[in-house]
Parts: sequence; structure tokens; C-alpha cells
Amino acid sequence: MPTVTVNGKDVEIGASERLNCIQAAAKVGVEIPAYCWHPALSVVASCRMCLVEVGDRKPDGTVAMQPKLVPGCQTPAKDGTVIISDSQKVKDARKATLEYLLLNHPLDCPTCDQAGECYLQDYSFNYGRGYSRLNEPKNIKPDKTYIGDQITLFTDRCIMCTRCVRFTREVSGSSELQVVSRGSHEEIDIFPGHPVNNPLAGNVVDLCPVGALCSKDFLYQQRVWWLKSTNSVCTGCSTGCSVTVDQNDERVYRLKPRANEKAQGHFMCDAGRFGWKYTHSDQRLSAPEMRTNGQVVSRDWDQIVASARAALRKTAAAGRTKIAAVLSPWMTVEEAWILASFLKSLSPDAVLAMGPVRVEGQDDHFPKDVRGNVVEPVKFTIRAEKCPNRAGVQAVLSHFTKDVMPFEELLRLASTGQFGAVYLAGGDPDGWISELQAEAFSKVETVIVQDFLPSPVLKHATHVLPSGTFVEREGVVVNHKGLAQLIRRSVRGPDGTRPDSRILWELTERTGLVQTDVVRSEIAAQVTALAGLSDPALKADGVLLNAAQPAGAV
Amino acid sequence: MSQTAKKKNVRWVEEPELGFWESTFVPAIMQGLKTTLKHVVDRKPVTQQYPEVKPELPLHYRGVHRLNRDEKDRVKCVACMMCATACPANCITIEAQAAPPEWPDRDKFPKSFVLDELRCIYCGMCEEACPVDAIELTHIYDLTGESRSDLLYDREKLLGVFDRTRNDARDPVRTRRGVLGPASEFQQLPALGPATGVPQSDRSAKAETAGVIRTTGVEGQR
Repeated sequence: MPTVTVNGKDVEIGASERLNCIQAAAKVGVEIPAYCWHPALSVVASCRMCLVEVGDRKPDGTVAMQPKLVPGCQTPAKDGTVIISDSQKVKDARKATLEYLLLNHPLDCPTCDQAGECYLQDYSFNYGRGYSRLNEPKNIKPDKTYIGDQITLFTDRCIMCTRCVRFTREVSGSSELQVVSRGSHEEIDIFPGHPVNNPLAGNVVDLCPVGALCSKDFLYQQRVWWLKSTNSVCTGCSTGCSVTVDQNDERVYRLKPRANEKAQGHFMCDAGRFGWKYTHSDQRLSAPEMRTNGQVVSRDWDQIVASARAALRKTAAAGRTKIAAVLSPWMTVEEAWILASFLKSLSPDAVLAMGPVRVEGQDDHFPKDVRGNVVEPVKFTIRAEKCPNRAGVQAVLSHFTKDVMPFEELLRLASTGQFGAVYLAGGDPDGWISELQAEAFSKVETVIVQDFLPSPVLKHATHVLPSGTFVEREGVVVNHKGLAQLIRRSVRGPDGTRPDSRILWELTERTGLVQTDVVRSEIAAQVTALAGLSDPALKADGVLLNAAQPAGAV
Repeated sequence: MSQTAKKKNVRWVEEPELGFWESTFVPAIMQGLKTTLKHVVDRKPVTQQYPEVKPELPLHYRGVHRLNRDEKDRVKCVACMMCATACPANCITIEAQAAPPEWPDRDKFPKSFVLDELRCIYCGMCEEACPVDAIELTHIYDLTGESRSDLLYDREKLLGVFDRTRNDARDPVRTRRGVLGPASEFQQLPALGPATGVPQSDRSAKAETAGVIRTTGVEGQR
């Protein structure tokens, strides 16, 4: 095994691992500061922040150090590499680099959105110094308020690390950004008439280590130290990007991608990044309803859940008509399991169907060249399947029924009057049922709808159960390649709504508070396809359920 | 108490013995009557005739807040929300907005600035946190309102307090800082050394030519 020495500590790296000095040092917990280097982008070694002393251990045991400092990001760590990052020489170099980077920086931290998560602040605090020696006026360049629909550029704060430029060239492939002029006139800019509006544009804001590129959506909304982050998963499509949900005061302010090699890598698309707004929609269903002949007779949760349960029981016991449930691909595995097992326990011939799986266009792969052709290797994919958990719900359904009934088939059966009671789980923020399809349920006696936005089927509903969006629930979603990840509750829903798992928990008369991990261990014990749910890695970066598939495929 | 526990700088005194006169208590009674008689003949009032007469307050008194205006009469606040962060009573709510293009020196300003004067504990932390000296506490202490919402001071009300107090000698505008705190505008450069420490043995440390980095007596040397 190749051995690298970092500040006197030996660390073994894998023979096939291709690490640079920053990554090798991170293995022993030594941070080498860097601005321009990013694990998902090419190396330019332009910021000079990661300068370290590097040497070679010769076969006879002597160490030959290189006379000058070298950039750690550009220097591969191989067997016998000696890295020194804590010598006075390195510390002095960092101070000098930071002083240089801050020469023309406006130091407007109080009004800068990045303050609190800014690498200039962090590194100045850890490695820099508290004063500048610049005796001339600062070189302040005018801000560019429009470089994209979602992005604004504070040119004066930029340190020219070119992460954003490399992102648009290497990951999105759209190459809108570039460095114009040279020397102290250097600026990031767009090509005239080509704003950064590609579907991955929002990532340049996360990539920017300083406050130069800011998201217009989040600009001046909150100070970042007020935000509370929760690790979760984006539910915009079946890619299932790992994200952090940032909220304050029960209000979500932004979604940021969370680096997860098992899932999507380091990035996320703009559709997911800005696609959580329905969570705070005015249209949200805000009170449960029980209706008789179209008239609301109760708005009391306990009464309505009990009545829904009784209606399902009565229909199952009478046996004249069947009971059915539509399990939405927006449900978590736990929710699908609680509902499906409950219905099957009431009546073995209960019908379980998969809700409509919304597919829009084709899978969108990146990077693309100027003509829009996909360039291999693919670095990011936006899936056409716009629901987070088809695979998980499918696995639960196949445990209970041989072949999963499609939604259209269930609609047909419903319109023939075969069903006495149906439980419809919605959850698609873009709507999941049309007026015409909803007509199929007009003949069903008991229609229980669990959803968070109004839909045409509410007209026929006897029980309306307002549920939660993905930021208000906890559970497992399984992405397109079988990676099970946890979505976590980060905010409380509006008054009158309840998270889906709680609604189902009370419907099925389980006692106590909702414990999704209890349900997970239940599922893992009974469904072989979902046995991985008991793996503790689920709480970190997810579990690949069908380990046959390679983890690296994006 | 043990002998060792007695400190050298502690003087121990014994209760004085009562003499004959003291044990009759007559001198003590006379002393008391003297005080009483003094109050009987003294007619000087001690009651403050508030509100007809206003009290003299110390200069560091912390009363109602104000939002200062800058030299162009715009609100000085830059909506950085440092005061809201520093506030221990959580009484400041700010909504920021991007500054209009006519204000090239600003990135943002407060669209709404609401300070709950009832919730405030008048500790002055907001004043200390403000990087542009926009929020200051004045000498106004007689704060009244007909409802709780009357005492939710918004941006206009707080600017109104500034207009009322700007010429008051007790409430001078205490601005002494730059555009965004001391770091953003160096008026005087600190006399400090080079960023990189050059070892004394280094050739460049000894050269007498211009532009040489020296390490004598400065920070960063070895």
C-alpha cells in the first residue's frame, strides 16, 4: 500500500486511489485550505492558497524536499510523498496569499450574503491576519446584477478562483461564463447575450467560495447563521439528489446540494433547487374535512380518521365491494408499507395500485456541447421520471400483490363500481389526477384523499386528510438505481395538516408517536428487496438496495 | 476560627465597652431627636415635580431607539441584521431589500425595520453591534402608547425619533466609523510589518536596495 506522510503522520492510501495532497492530508484530518480546487472540477492551481512543502522519501529512507512550495491541489500524492503543511514557511505563504486575495476585496461582510459560510472569512480567521497594508484606493469593479435569471454577480468580491467558469465548461457544458480582461482588470462575465440560464446554473452560487455569485432567490432573505440545516433528499425527480434543507422559523429558505458520491455527486439542478416553493403555497389544504353529500360535517382530526378507518373496515367486512388504495410514488417506503399492510390485513383481496408516475420528456444528461449533444462521461442527469420513490413503492407493492396494478386499470375498475372504499394518496405538487380521471370515483361510496394541494378528486372525496410535503415528513425514498436515502423533517407543516406517516399511524391504530425506524425494521425483516433498510448507513449517505449495480453510475 | 486562617491584612476589633452614660441611652436618644428636629425645621423639598420638571439624566442613559439618517437623508441602516443577531430579547425584525440603482454606495437597505419597544430590555447591544452606527439609543424615556402595536416601532417611527433628537445636545450622532465598520475604511494604516517573514539569514533580508522585505522588529519573524 502506498504510504504518504502528512506533517509527520503516516497514512496509507489505496493503490488505485488518485489523490492530490489536499485529499491525502484530509485523510489524517489535516485541512489544507483551498479556494480554486473542487473535487468535481479540473485543477487550475490558481488561488495559491494550498501551497505546501512537498518532498519524496527515497528508497534509502532519506527525504528530499522540493526547494519551493508547491500547490497541494496539483501535486499527486504517491508512495513516499512527504507533505508538510504546518511549517512557518507554509504559514507565511498562506498569510501572504490571503493578504493578496483581500487586497481589493471590499470587506463588506455585514451586507454580504455569504458572510457566515465564506471561505475568505474562515481562512482569514484560521490562517490569515487582521490587517491590510494596501495604501491605495481599492480596485472596485461595478456589480453585474444580471448574469442569469437566478444569479447576480458582485464583481468586487470575486477572488478569480474560476470555479464557476470551470463548472459551466465541464459540468453543464454550456460555457456561458468566462474571465474577461487580464491582470487587475480581470473579471468574471458572460458572453454577450448568453446569460447563465442552464438547468444547472444554481450550482455556481454554491461553488463560489466567496460572496461574488449570489442566488437572487435567496439574496438578502436571511443571514446564514440563522438557518438550521437538515440533511434530506430532493424529491423533484428520481435522481434523488442529497440535499440540505435550510430553514428558519418553520420556513424553508433554500435547498443546497450535499456531496454524496453514492447519489448524485456534488450538484443539483435548478428545478429541484427552487422547486420546493409549493411547501409554502397559499393553496395548501389546511383543515381535514369529512363530507356527507358534499356538505362538510366535521373538521376534527380524531373524528375523521376514526370515521375513515370505520368506513374501510365496514366495506371490507361487508364483502359486497372491494377496498382499494392508490399508493403514490411520492410516498415514503414506510408510509406505503403502513397503508398497504393495513388494507391487506382488512381484506386479503384489497386492491393496491401504483399512483400516476409523472414522466416528462427524456432524461437530461450533462455536460452538453454547443449543439446540445451529450458529452461522455456524463456528470449529471436530470431524470424524466418526476417522482422520488417509484422504486420504493413498487417494492412494497410487489410484496403484497403479484403484479402491480397501474393507475388507469384502477380507474377503470372504480368507474364500474367495484369498489366500496378507496384510499387515495396524492403528493405530486404538479397535480396527479385530471377532472376526467376524478369522475371515476364518483360512484365510490367512501373516497379518502390524503394530499396537500387541492386536486379535482376532492370534489368526490368523503374524507380529506391534509398531509405534508417532503420537508415535513420523515422516511425512506428509493431513487432510480435503488439507493435508499432518508428524507428528514425540517419544518412543521401549516396548522391543521399532519405528516403522512402520522395520519397513517393513527389510521392503523398504532400506539404512541410515529417511529419510522420501527416501521423500517419491520419492512427490512419482511421484504427481501428492502432488507437494506436496517443498515445504519441509511442515516448517513444511503444504502444501495440492489448492490449488483455499480455505485458510481450517475 | 483557627489562627492560620486569619489574614495579615484583616484587623480584628473588639466591641467597645459601654460606659455609664452610654448604658443610660440618653446620648443616643438626644442624637435621634436632633435628626428629627432638623427635618422639622428643614423646608427644602426633595420630591421631583415630574412631569412639570424633567429629571436630569446621565449621559449614558439608554432610552428609545432611533434610526439615523445619512447626509443624503436616507436611512443609514444597511440591513445587515447584526443588531437583530446581537439582540438578546429578540425584539428586532428586519426585512432587507436590494438598494435602488440611484444608491450606488449601497447593496441593500431595510424594507421594513420593526423594533418592539416593549420587548426590548434597553441593553444597547444593537447600538454596539451596528457597523454603520445607524441604530442608537436616545434619552427619550417617557414612552407611551394606547396598545401593544403602538409600541412596535417601524422604520418611519424610528427615523422620526432621529428627527426629534438630532439637534438635542444630549443625543449627538455618535458616528465615528466608515462605510461598513472600521475594517472597510482605513484612514490610518497600522504601522505593521510584511506579510511574509524572511529569515534573517536570507539574502533578501540583508540587501539595502529598495523594495526589500525586512523582518527587523516586526510580526512574523522567526
